[in-house]
Amino acid sequence: MQWYGYLLIVLAVLVLAGLALVAPRLRRRALPPAPPAPERIPEAAPQVPVTPVEEAPPVAEAPTAQAPVLERPEPTAGRLVRLRARLARSQNALGRGLLAVLARDRLDEDAWDEVEETLISADVGVEPTREIVERLRERTRVLGTRSAAELRTLLTEELVGALDPKLDRSLSATPTDGKPAVLLVVGVNGSGKTTTCGKIARVLIADGHTVVLGAADTFRAAAAEQLTTWASRVGAEVVRGREGGDPAAVAFDAVRRGAEAGVDTVLIDTAGRLQNKVGLMDELGKVKRVVEKHGPIDETLLILDATTGQNGLEQARVFTEVCDVTGVVLTKLDGTAKGGIVIAVQRRLGIPVKLVGLGEGPDDLAPFDPGQFVDALLGSDA
Amino acid sequence: MFDTLSDRLNGIFSRLRGKGRLTDADIDATAREIRLALLEADVALPVVKAFIAALKERARGADVHQALNPAQQVIKIVHEELVAILGGETRRLRFAKQPPTVIMLAGLQGSGKTTLAGKLARWLKGQGHQPMLVAADLQRPNAVNQLQVLGEQAGVEVFAPEPGNGVGDPVAVARASLEHARRVLRDVVIVDTAGRLGIDAEMMAQAAAIRDVTDPDEIIFVVDAMIGQDAVATAEAFRDGVGITGVVLSKLDGDARGGAALSVRHVTGEPILFASTGEKLADFDVFHPDRMASRILGMGDVLTLIEQAEQAFDEDQKQKMTAKLMEGDSFTLEDFLDQMTALRRMGPLTNIIGMLPGMGQMKDQLAELDDSHFDRVTAIIRSMTPGERQNPKIINGSRRARIARGSGMTVMDVNQLLNRFAEAQKMMKQMGGMMGLPTRRKATKSPKNKRKGTKGGGTRPRVGGLPGGLPGGMPALPPGLDPGALDPNAFKAPKLDFGKLTRRKDEQ
Repeated sequence: MQWYGYLLIVLAVLVLAGLALVAPRLRRRALPPAPPAPERIPEAAPQVPVTPVEEAPPVAEAPTAQAPVLERPEPTAGRLVRLRARLARSQNALGRGLLAVLARDRLDEDAWDEVEETLISADVGVEPTREIVERLRERTRVLGTRSAAELRTLLTEELVGALDPKLDRSLSATPTDGKPAVLLVVGVNGSGKTTTCGKIARVLIADGHTVVLGAADTFRAAAAEQLTTWASRVGAEVVRGREGGDPAAVAFDAVRRGAEAGVDTVLIDTAGRLQNKVGLMDELGKVKRVVEKHGPIDETLLILDATTGQNGLEQARVFTEVCDVTGVVLTKLDGTAKGGIVIAVQRRLGIPVKLVGLGEGPDDLAPFDPGQFVDALLGSDA
Repeated sequence: MFDTLSDRLNGIFSRLRGKGRLTDADIDATAREIRLALLEADVALPVVKAFIAALKERARGADVHQALNPAQQVIKIVHEELVAILGGETRRLRFAKQPPTVIMLAGLQGSGKTTLAGKLARWLKGQGHQPMLVAADLQRPNAVNQLQVLGEQAGVEVFAPEPGNGVGDPVAVARASLEHARRVLRDVVIVDTAGRLGIDAEMMAQAAAIRDVTDPDEIIFVVDAMIGQDAVATAEAFRDGVGITGVVLSKLDGDARGGAALSVRHVTGEPILFASTGEKLADFDVFHPDRMASRILGMGDVLTLIEQAEQAFDEDQKQKMTAKLMEGDSFTLEDFLDQMTALRRMGPLTNIIGMLPGMGQMKDQLAELDDSHFDRVTAIIRSMTPGERQNPKIINGSRRARIARGSGMTVMDVNQLLNRFAEAQKMMKQMGGMMGLPTRRKATKSPKNKRKGTKGGGTRPRVGGLPGGLPGGMPALPPGLDPGALDPNAFKAPKLDFGKLTRRKDEQ
């Protein structure tokens, strides 16, 4: 045990020395420009009483030309209805709780606290919650709103606003200049990457695209088999390496194979990695670098488990640093989890949720729509 | 970046510092901050409420200890409450009197059940048992294959009569597995079930059916350490649906604060048996509630740090470094470079520092310090000749210019590095001298602190010295708690630990 003490001291010394050497310099040095903070500037103008009707959430249908996901044979509406049904089944506890509070005669401090807590319980996070509640308060004060229905509309607006419906949520999966579009799927362990890959491939193929899957998860036992099973169901080709091989090499081969075969989309499934494992994140960086030798990656999707708490934000941050995440897929939304973390992710990092996973069925993947999501979250058809 | 729970608590406590007694208003303000901090750490709301209620009760009650300052009181209370919720003691697995012992794993999709099954099997095998894995996850594509691969890696038999991928009845498999286990004399049967949602009535009924046919001695609920507020709903659903006798926290090697540990422990009332801390089969450990509580409270997860350090530093390096420190003066740039490389193998710097006691407040400063700055320092040192690294005094103006050119930095950067290194070297000498002494010497400590106050140049001066009589006079503080953490300006707080650590070494 004795040298443990020494070792620790050595470490501490080292850290100190490191700080002594580096930290003071930092303060003098102009910090490198922070990554563009795409934080949504709240267009809060409490003095301007905008009627709720005018601000009705613009449920913008993504242009279908850019969004092959929407062009699946099965009508999109069907999926959204199911999304709503599922969310209503599992999540109206939140909606009920909120509406019960808001329907009270008098909105006292306790009521607002309850609203706040209910949002926090949905994993929205403390800071976004406070902001939403603050704005809701101001607007009820300004508008003199008292009725539950009006309050509901306001709340819906606030939540939709927090999700910024104007962001482009289409999936770029169409080939450019004859080169296949490359989609990289990343995430922490057990978030549902392989399953989502399978589902996306299915959607794309149903849509008339040709797809090559790259099984770059060479680490987890039987991950490649899992992907192969998905692929064989829809007849997609899978490029795989040996277990424990270099994932970057597999990804590279997959893209090359895709280009040779002239397919539309190459979908690369990577191994799950926790965002604080430097080595694994470096590996992911390498996958990205190597794949980009073929050309830019069109889309990097971060898979976020809806049950994830505030750590989801950190996941999104680190993965974005390493491989420029362009969209989030929120999985396992069919459970009791509310997935409120996406509000925080979008607020902080400006990464839109593009797709939601709603279960283990092969077609349980739907495009994300803020208006519908919030409506379903609040548990009624208004 | 998010403030972690320990940062928040430390922030609160530093505000409390300097007050003589806790007023009701203090308690309320503190309670609110702690509440928010816990919520941000993903502790579920009902649990937070219970925690806060207990906290207020105790803070107002007779427990208030006159000998401690308010901050210390709150830390003490918070720590005790955390340990109480986390379960105080760890429990061992329960084995059946009549083998085979049946262990059933249940949890959400992707919580890590199959991987855990492999780890558990390997661990049990290491304990001298004859485990057998049962592939009752017939839902997810290739879960059976995955279990077979894991079983092979662990050297454990896998009972998989059904191919999976939606084919076969998991209840029948579970039933058949028991007979098979008796026939081939396996004393532990680990049943890996499919991931399921708490609200999926059909799947929960299936899990209950598996439970009924196997009569498990342990039903282990596997939960992801980074789960958020949903932890309570999920745990309740599983508790009511299949019953839970133990919990395993998976992915604890992530940087989630593990609020789920508190939540699940509180809701189920069942102990957390194991912690799953990595992707390899060996990354598996008995859960230590005290460690967890310490980590959450920002008292530093020293043991984990040491474990990581053990992996990162090889034996030679340890010996060499210890020797260097003992000698006190031969710490060179070369050594610094070595250590820096080794340290960086342990992961991001902020994580490591977060684990050191009392370093909570430094995180803010460190947030702006990413690892690329270390690359620059490395570049400068690498641009020196071996001679220069051994003896930086020989570096004159033209050498500086050369080094700056070689590393792509400015001469000013090189100068700063050299100056700070010289100061750090002085500090090392003192520390080495201190460590070389078998007994603790308070006399050497205070001058040391004063001197160090000047070290950083631009760094803030220490406020006050060490709280007097600290070493002996704080029996009421939780172990490992560093009063330096209470100092609002404790940029140099870690140094206080050196004294404490040497002390600890003496005690052991």
